[in-house]
Amino acid sequence: MNMNRRFFITLTGAAAVAWKSVLAGAPEDSPNYKITDHWWAMLIDVDKCIGCGNCVRACSVENNVPEGFFRTWIERYQVDDQHMEDPLVDSPDGGMHGFPVRAPGTGLTGNGVKEFFVPKLCNHCADSPCTQVCPVGATFTTRDGVVLIDEKYCLGCRYCVQACPYGCRFIHPEKQVAQKCTLCYHRITKGLTTACCEACPTGSRQLADLKNPNDPIHEFMKKHSVQVLKPQMATGAKAYYANLDGSVR
Amino acid sequence: MNRFKDSEHLLRVVGVFLVGVTIFICFRAWFVPKSFGEFGHYRADSLAEVAALPIVHAGHETCEACHSDVLDVKKTGKHSGVNCEACHGPLARHAEDPAAVKPVLPDTSVLCARCHESNSAKPKWFPTVVTAEHSMGMPCNTCHTPHNPKIGGEKK
Amino acid sequence: MPHLNFIYPNETELQWSILIVLYPFITGLVAGAFILASLERVFRVEAVKPTYRLALLTALSFLLVAPLPLQLHLGHPERSLEMYLTPHRSSAMAMFGFVYLWYLMVVLLLEIWLDYRRDIVLLARSSTGFLKVIYKVMTLGSDNISERSLHLDERVGYIITVIGIPSAFLLHGYVGFIFGSIKANPWWSSPLMPVVFIFSAMVSGIAAVMLLYMFLTRIRGHRVNIDCVDAIAKYLFYIFIIDFSLEMLDLIHRIYEADESFRSLDFMVHTSLWIPHVIIQILLGTLVPIGILGATQVLPLAPYVRKRMYAIAGCLTLVGIFAMRWNVVIGGQLFSKSLLGYTTYSLHFGSREGLGIAIFLTILPLGILFVLAKLLPPWQQNETTTTA
Repeated sequence: MNMNRRFFITLTGAAAVAWKSVLAGAPEDSPNYKITDHWWAMLIDVDKCIGCGNCVRACSVENNVPEGFFRTWIERYQVDDQHMEDPLVDSPDGGMHGFPVRAPGTGLTGNGVKEFFVPKLCNHCADSPCTQVCPVGATFTTRDGVVLIDEKYCLGCRYCVQACPYGCRFIHPEKQVAQKCTLCYHRITKGLTTACCEACPTGSRQLADLKNPNDPIHEFMKKHSVQVLKPQMATGAKAYYANLDGSVR
Repeated sequence: MNRFKDSEHLLRVVGVFLVGVTIFICFRAWFVPKSFGEFGHYRADSLAEVAALPIVHAGHETCEACHSDVLDVKKTGKHSGVNCEACHGPLARHAEDPAAVKPVLPDTSVLCARCHESNSAKPKWFPTVVTAEHSMGMPCNTCHTPHNPKIGGEKK
Repeated sequence: MPHLNFIYPNETELQWSILIVLYPFITGLVAGAFILASLERVFRVEAVKPTYRLALLTALSFLLVAPLPLQLHLGHPERSLEMYLTPHRSSAMAMFGFVYLWYLMVVLLLEIWLDYRRDIVLLARSSTGFLKVIYKVMTLGSDNISERSLHLDERVGYIITVIGIPSAFLLHGYVGFIFGSIKANPWWSSPLMPVVFIFSAMVSGIAAVMLLYMFLTRIRGHRVNIDCVDAIAKYLFYIFIIDFSLEMLDLIHRIYEADESFRSLDFMVHTSLWIPHVIIQILLGTLVPIGILGATQVLPLAPYVRKRMYAIAGCLTLVGIFAMRWNVVIGGQLFSKSLLGYTTYSLHFGSREGLGIAIFLTILPLGILFVLAKLLPPWQQNETTTTA
């Protein structure tokens, strides 16, 4: 413990000031955030996910997610060469508490068996079908590429939940409005990363800003094969998956 | 004149309709939120509302501002990429008022297994153990120093 | 081979309940009843004239109840006006609010008013007390029932019915489009959906008016006009054939193409949807009524036998069309979008979106029809044309 430095910081209030600017309200008020400078996305490297569930827990705490519902979750896949079209998938409690070891005799036994984890979240689609169907404009895409929900305006008609191909939306049991991953908008507009990325121990999940020329995602996408989920839906999904197996639903 | 006499009832219908439309237009001007439509088909004020939600995880840069000594230990070891709150949990409140909010030290006998317990689905490059055989129930920090986990790595 | 049942974690509970099954059923009855009315008005099918006013009142009764299941289903019904204040033009649901309003105000109410206006004015003159006030309001203050004004009513009413036919198609076709345009759901996503909805709506609406006509005429102690129900049954039969063909086309197309969703949907139809879809909708609700109606078309049967058969066919038809709505709405939510698993629908009796409310909302329009029939009797024209 470096007593002198901490004492100094607390004394001068530098920490307090720095923290306050981090906690500043609207993105327009945040000193350096200009909406049109950003186009947010997420990069997920499937090979790095260890299924620890940190992201699910962190998101749940950061965003007050009601129990039994998930703004992000992890799926465990088991595939063999006979089951590309119907892999064995599970997601106990969204993966929040990790995954139990598979009981003997319950898995696939064919040739080429492999297992892996796939983190899932809202894809913040550029051509989002959920915003298309909202009857009143309660869900929308911001100018920096994040799909948000206006909780004060949402009717709770559930049309958006039906329209999302990825199952990332739900209705808050008490508030009775639609909810989903906000890409931690309250954090990213202040220079922080999302809660799930912050908590990920292996760097499997990385927030990306496509408009930032220095963002590592550009180099990464040049060098690696990258996919989105359900590309045939043409939703303009912006959660890019590296090393994604074709069996993933 | 006569013609209007016999179609007068239809004109009344049109009148009722026009009254209805007028009421609707007034109602709309009154009820639609002022910021609606500013940037698109949504209430622009909701952007600020979402952005103003409370922050729960401080973010590792904030931790490192005070705890740089831990960073020095961590950055040379295998856990250099693991952020503080990945193990210590959300600590924004602690960062806001360090003296008043004291975080609880995580219990390594539960914490470490979350990542390092052996499971066939975990990628092959990732180090795992069967904790029952590896540590026989002892907490992991009996031998390992979590910030730099290699045995013999610098002490915390 | 062991196979886990996998659904996305947020898919455990269904989003749309029995109330959302009821809604297309009700609007379907509206559209179908109106088409039956238009058969007489526009296509000059004289035989169905006894049911003309009854069909219009039936359509109105059901249309007035139609928003109720929606309101009860919303998380925030107090915000429902937002659909009219800030409708999102890309949303079929938002645009439907205007289609509904158009149909109610400009088509149905106006047509009923124009057809009944003479009677309303006469009733306003002859009644007393509170009833007199109601009728006076309905006249919109006009006392004119001269030949010329009535002739004008007839002409305008004709035009409105002509506009009303595509409006009725739009009303219910839109509901089909609300489902059919959702690419995320392979059970729903299909260009055939609006068309199937329209034709099944016509079938249900026509069957409902036929049954109501037969039932109400009997309890009023009059004889059912056999030419009338014969004509109605004939149109019901033909439209049913078209409806059945469309549904079979969808089925055959799915089975033949067998795309990625087929395995999951096929399993669902064979298990949780077996009774509602195969037994109730297809067998009892479509094939049996078509068979019965077909028999009445080709076999020489006595009138009283035909009437019984029409009644049975009509009841089975309504059950079948309700089952169709159930299978679309509930069926579309029983399977996971991962196409690897299923969830279940738990229907309670007493909850806000429960069976009790659903039953109440189905009976309510009949209560409204009862009131409307007392206020604006649909029988006057009928009385003079009934054969003793």
